[in-house]
Amino acid sequence: MKKIQILGAGCPKCKKLAENAELAAKALGIEYELVKVTNIAEIMKFGVMMTPALAVDGVVKVAGKVPSVDEVKPFLS
Amino acid sequence: MAKERSCCCSTETKTILACSGASNVGQITNEVAKELDEAGEANFFCLAGVGGHVSGMVASVKGADKVVVLDGCPVACAKKTMDAAGIAGYEYLVVTELGIEKKHDFNLAPADVEKTRTAVRAKLGLSVCCG
Repeated sequence: MKKIQILGAGCPKCKKLAENAELAAKALGIEYELVKVTNIAEIMKFGVMMTPALAVDGVVKVAGKVPSVDEVKPFLS
Repeated sequence: MAKERSCCCSTETKTILACSGASNVGQITNEVAKELDEAGEANFFCLAGVGGHVSGMVASVKGADKVVVLDGCPVACAKKTMDAAGIAGYEYLVVTELGIEKKHDFNLAPADVEKTRTAVRAKLGLSVCCG
């Protein structure tokens, strides 16, 4: 099971990223767990300086941008 | 927390990475990056994090709208670190190419820091609207 983490305080971009990640995971038919990390101290532990960010299984794939559904798919494959 | 911008209305993310090496020119890169961050003109970012392949740091640098990489001398440690992390498309500046001699001391001449700061601000695209 893939662990998808959305790093961000909960702004509209964070919500859009979560939505895109979920759509990508569903399109790929993978098992996943989506976790929203909103605590700044926890976000900083990832070394992320810009949000929103997307991490998969603890590895940050993109930060400071909202990738499209198609752009998220390779990160989950 | 958002920093107060001294000027320019751009919301463009500007990131600086400095070699911060053990020489006058290495420390000039560190000093200039620190000053520009404190002035709210750019974000000073941790090159060691990129070198250590910390995924969040690498992704953050890749996500920046503009990245300026500073090396003190032609050994180019910062550039090589960026290359090793697979990050391209950044602005680049070497302090010795500004005519500042490399010395193995940490006595930073204010004029050298100023000259470097001016050059870095130009690389950041700040010189036009920020004077």
